Amino acid sequence: MPHHQLIVVGGGLAGLRAAIEAQEEGVDVAILSQVHPGRSHSGAAQGGVNAALANHPDAHDDSPEKHAFDTVKGSDYLADQQAALQMTTDAVPAIYQLEHWGCPFSRFDDGRIAQRPFGGAGYPRTCYGADKTGHYMLHTLVEQAYRRQIRMYIEWFVCRLIVEDGACRGVVAYSMTKGGFEEFRGDAVIVATGGAGRTYSNTTNAVISTGGGAAMAYHAGVPLKDMEFVQFHPTGLYTTHILMTEGCRGEGGYLLNKDGERFMARYAPKAMELAPRDITSRSIQTEINEGRGIDGKDYVYLDLRHLGAEKLAERLPGTRDLAIHFEGVDPVYEPIPIAPAQHYSMGGIDTDVDGRTVMPGLFAAGECGCVSVHGANRLGGNSLLETIVFGRRAGAAAARDILGAEGSQTPGEGDGKAAAAVQAAMDELAAREGSEDAYAIREEMTETMRLHFGIFRDAATMKSGLDALLALKERLKKAKLRHTGGVWNLDMIRTSELEGMLDVALATASGALARDESRGSHSRTDATSRDDERWLTHTLAYHQPDGGPPRLEYKPVELGLFEPQERKY
Amino acid sequence: MSDITFHVKRFDPESGAPPRYEDFVVDVQGSMTVLEALFAIQEKQDGSLAFRYCCRSSICGSCAMYINGRYRLACQTNVLHLGVPTVTVEPLPHVPVVRDLVWDMDDFFAKYEAIKPWLIRNSQLPDTEVTQSPAERHKLNMPIDCILCAACYSSCPSVWGEEHFLGPAALLKAYRFEVDSRDEAGKERLPSWDNERGVYRCHTITNCIEACPKELSPTEGIQWLKGSAVRRRLLGRKK
Repeated sequence: MPHHQLIVVGGGLAGLRAAIEAQEEGVDVAILSQVHPGRSHSGAAQGGVNAALANHPDAHDDSPEKHAFDTVKGSDYLADQQAALQMTTDAVPAIYQLEHWGCPFSRFDDGRIAQRPFGGAGYPRTCYGADKTGHYMLHTLVEQAYRRQIRMYIEWFVCRLIVEDGACRGVVAYSMTKGGFEEFRGDAVIVATGGAGRTYSNTTNAVISTGGGAAMAYHAGVPLKDMEFVQFHPTGLYTTHILMTEGCRGEGGYLLNKDGERFMARYAPKAMELAPRDITSRSIQTEINEGRGIDGKDYVYLDLRHLGAEKLAERLPGTRDLAIHFEGVDPVYEPIPIAPAQHYSMGGIDTDVDGRTVMPGLFAAGECGCVSVHGANRLGGNSLLETIVFGRRAGAAAARDILGAEGSQTPGEGDGKAAAAVQAAMDELAAREGSEDAYAIREEMTETMRLHFGIFRDAATMKSGLDALLALKERLKKAKLRHTGGVWNLDMIRTSELEGMLDVALATASGALARDESRGSHSRTDATSRDDERWLTHTLAYHQPDGGPPRLEYKPVELGLFEPQERKY
Repeated sequence: MSDITFHVKRFDPESGAPPRYEDFVVDVQGSMTVLEALFAIQEKQDGSLAFRYCCRSSICGSCAMYINGRYRLACQTNVLHLGVPTVTVEPLPHVPVVRDLVWDMDDFFAKYEAIKPWLIRNSQLPDTEVTQSPAERHKLNMPIDCILCAACYSSCPSVWGEEHFLGPAALLKAYRFEVDSRDEAGKERLPSWDNERGVYRCHTITNCIEACPKELSPTEGIQWLKGSAVRRRLLGRKK
């Protein structure tokens, strides 16, 4: 039974960065990942990563404080302000460190890291590598993990946390290549499993972005914070919802309705296409709802033609490839059909700035966590930043705890009960009645989330959506595994993770229904204004083992730096 | 809408039976990709079907397969664009299969690791970035887009014939660092690829170029490495 002082679940940017930091501190660390770390969804990030390097000629007086202000304003004042400043302050050395590790950022003529304008930002401060920034950052960290010989358990699917005496002491995982369940014991666990986009049918996210880590922590009693805040990226490809980077607009791309009008002039006259994502997505959706989609359909155009083939080849080569391969449209010659698509979970496992949760031994970092620095709406370029800043901080904090404790908190050998319990749960799943189809339930869940918890929300629609999710949970009890045991059992992975997905979706639904105001991405047609008196609070959702909706609690937002004001762009 | 037959190569290591082919008919609509068709089969017809997947947008490198006799990413392959009623889906050839379309990538990543795939710096680092001109950065454009899908590795006759040959992907990664203006490896990385299991096993057959779903040219990188090694021997030059 493997034992490591620190177990990191997930090998994307946050997990890799956490593992590297902990190992540098002298901790024995291992990464468990469902996919080879180089295949993690972090690699799909395109447009860039924010840091106030002040490299751009128009940004010589940029600063972490200004970056923090933009972040907090973008969050519709729901971000914890010191946490935001911590992130933007850590950003600058974090980017230089990545560069020192070989990350191939694009460059200005003077040889410094290139930076482009992004939505909601007062300065061009988004560092980028063409439009494959996530891919380049991810491979850089994978390379560093190999260089440091960090132990990576590849294609291990983590099913459950091991909790003993109220503290997290490891995980149980399924070996996809060997079969069977195994306990991995450790003094601490960092969950870094990414977002839950696949609870929606219209998501930009990878197929593995199912919210598994958040669900595991939630089931273990740790609250999920602010789950009602779901980001819809303005520009998903119409047919597949694949991301077209915000960098398209950062480089000067237009959004056009059926009349060829740059309609953002009516919604954000100053920022135009570079308004924050919540505002831009609402604007597109309004155009569509009012019949100004292309040919009256539910999409508008992202037009890059005026940028020219040369600039597209230099700055947006991946975008062109994706549009050609997945939409059959060459952006050099044609506008790209796009519509808003689920993109990012602002909410997640409730943590502090060091990734600590309320459970001793359990940390979270990256999209599965919620510090909160994004509040009600994340700025483009701040999620890649979040991964490396809070991944590092979580790794350092876990290492401090582990090395500060007297001896190991965990005996190297467990009694095997945790693995046996997971095996028993799978056996139970295989023995169910089988009158329901798990994949049909999954499809209904994702459609429910799209239709009832989308860009515009109201109480009646959300209430019926919540009821639908609860009904799906009941039906799930009659769905069974079709295929048991063995290696590479996708049926077991995809069926067993569905309960967690439904619970995460329910946390979103409950939080959204309760919050009768409009703030950031949470936009209610029956409560259209922001209500700071009642709702300048974080939502905490606690899992109810009886199968009902979560219990909701609230805690205040940390202010102190910037006075909340109306957002105008 | 049309019914397409997917002729899928299956292998179950626990059955003791040799690999076999199984046909599944899928109602293919619109822009459905081969990866989406595999999900449709796994969800609606046979839950035991195994294949790798992640991003479904051709950046993670999980789903390289042999589709109608060509190396392709399943997620990037539009079924109807293939223009045939039967689509044969097989795992990458010439590599050990774990189950169905999933193969054992341990050797592939061991070879990747063997070439020291990381930036090597020896001099004092500045407080800010190490500067790099756009022209220097431009040299990285091709190799950094590798997604380690291993299509090239599977396609290379030199890999088929010599199990210790590092193969195109690992050598492309070596090139990516050797050509980087910031890299100071000197002779540190050289022994990993300048040897009998390294660049000289490449006979410029160029299958890798044809196989690469990202349209990269490992051959070009390997030839640069060969030239660089020879120049070092003749002239003592660093690069």
